[in-house]
Amino acid sequence: MGNGSNYNLDFEKPLQELEKRIEEIKTFAEEKRIDMSEEITRIEAKAVTLKKEIYNNLTPWQKIQIARHPKRPTLLEYIDLIFDGFIELHGDRLFKDDPALVGGLAYFNEIPVTILGHQKGRDTKENIYRNFGMPHPEGYRKAIRLMKQAEKFKRPVISFVDVAGAYPGKEAEERGQGEAVARSIMEMAKLRVPIIVVITGEGGSGGALAIGVGDRVLMLEYAYYSVISPEGCASILWKNASDASKAAETLRLTARDLLDFGVIEEVIPEPLGGAHRDLEATAKAIKEAIQNSFAKLLKLNTEELLRMRYKKFREVGRYIEE
Amino acid sequence: MLDYDEVTFDLEYSIKEGGDDWLLKDLFRSKPKYVTIRHHQDATKMEQPEKTKKELPDGLWAKCDECNQIIYHKDLEKNLKVCPKCGFHFRISAWERIKFLVDTDSFKELFPNVCSSDPLNFPEYKEKIAKSRETTGLKEGVLTGTAKIEGIYLALGVMDFGFIGGSMGSAVGEKLVRLFEYATEHEIPVVTFATAGGARMQEGILSLMQMAATCQALNRLAEKSIIYISILTDPTTGGVFASFASQGDIIIAEPGALIGFAGARVIQQTTRQTLPPGFQRSEFLLERGIIDMIVNRKEIRSTLARLLRFHQRRNRVV
Repeated sequence: MGNGSNYNLDFEKPLQELEKRIEEIKTFAEEKRIDMSEEITRIEAKAVTLKKEIYNNLTPWQKIQIARHPKRPTLLEYIDLIFDGFIELHGDRLFKDDPALVGGLAYFNEIPVTILGHQKGRDTKENIYRNFGMPHPEGYRKAIRLMKQAEKFKRPVISFVDVAGAYPGKEAEERGQGEAVARSIMEMAKLRVPIIVVITGEGGSGGALAIGVGDRVLMLEYAYYSVISPEGCASILWKNASDASKAAETLRLTARDLLDFGVIEEVIPEPLGGAHRDLEATAKAIKEAIQNSFAKLLKLNTEELLRMRYKKFREVGRYIEE
Repeated sequence: MLDYDEVTFDLEYSIKEGGDDWLLKDLFRSKPKYVTIRHHQDATKMEQPEKTKKELPDGLWAKCDECNQIIYHKDLEKNLKVCPKCGFHFRISAWERIKFLVDTDSFKELFPNVCSSDPLNFPEYKEKIAKSRETTGLKEGVLTGTAKIEGIYLALGVMDFGFIGGSMGSAVGEKLVRLFEYATEHEIPVVTFATAGGARMQEGILSLMQMAATCQALNRLAEKSIIYISILTDPTTGGVFASFASQGDIIIAEPGALIGFAGARVIQQTTRQTLPPGFQRSEFLLERGIIDMIVNRKEIRSTLARLLRFHQRRNRVV
């Protein structure tokens, strides 16, 4: 079992029961000193089949639960496995440092890059420190500062998105959350260096898009990206937040949906059972996807890059002319 | 929908800050000063969806949501739908806004045929669009076109809160992007009047992408040193505030307008914070440095004319 076993996903119950039975049989066999390896192998094979069956048929709502899994890997865990020599930089130079959005310098396969992204906590204490990964305006202003720094020194930006939403709080409003989000979008849209965006968990509306404008947007298989949370949508539509699973279907927010809409360029497959069950494998898959994107982007000159970025966001909408 | 009971219009604050022209001193004049515009259309013929709720049955009288003053409808109309007693700014439709604002017959609509599709096959969305079309007489939530203000030619985008809460979906985004591109191409200034609950939920992620689409189009406008003035009216929130509306070279708000990123209810539910009176109102934003000025509806036309004139090409000295 991975390290996510204390957090129960409803749809994994049959699997957990099977895994529990395997443990029981193992203990029993050991106690009674009988060879039950044949039986164990048989049930283990059944567990793998069941796991595949479950994970190949996940509903959007189940994917969201995986995306929100408390043990889902966070940016700082990925950084060590994907990049070399990370140096974290702090602060927006205006108000304070926002621990919900981290950024810094690193090498990606010997290419110097600027990294930024939302940072959730890995436990309650860390989550309080990181504000559950929900940035205040100063977080986005730090991101803007680091992006412009990347532009100045002509290095690509790699941005990681995992956020329930930009923080909805009194102080955030007072300091211009809306302006900070919009400004970050503006700056990203015109940044004269390649930008690769990786959506690793939650893509919560404006708070995600604020650091989500890129030349290539990649997305983990069980991540989601939406204009509104399914709970929010359900409470508006059906006056009932518990209809979230229905709303999740309606909103078309899975990686596959977004690929179909042309909002993202690539879906990064996750290990069986989700990213939290195999951090290394997930990091490896992300690294490969970034590498492929680099190969495509580094061929383009700045003008082509900007023209294509503009075109992409210009043409994604769907409307009719009557 | 927003509840006007929440409106706390802080008069004292306005008086204190009232040294300049923009604030509420009109309220204290015995004879209100009107912006002179010649109406090219009979006011009574205009579509006014908001009216039905606020008016008394006979249609001759309206009641102010703020001070409960009963106002003869023609007086309210003449006062650009601002309460003559307390200065409360009624919400107005996009067509009313244009009528109150631009030189007679100068508005030429652009991109009138860009309309919403239903890309997600979202429950009740088609019905909502049909209903909004019926009540507003608009095809989409924003009117785009060119017009003149005191003879100055400009590109104008005006949102209508009556159209699915003024929300921005693909069609609204597309119309605004085309407007910004048109202005970039023809090198004319841009003015938008925002009023919106945010991005349009019914088009999911595609609505969110309109935030990026509109913002990047403004970047191109900026490259040509063309002025963009954003006017925030009640209410401007969510993804509209967090995109083009908060990126004006100059940002103006009407008095007492609700403007912000997150809704008050969401903030209270998430943070359990008590929100001070006047939170997220224009006056609050001015104090926090988020907008440039608050301008009464009656003076928006003349203010815009001054600002646009100031930014005319011939004024460029370098």
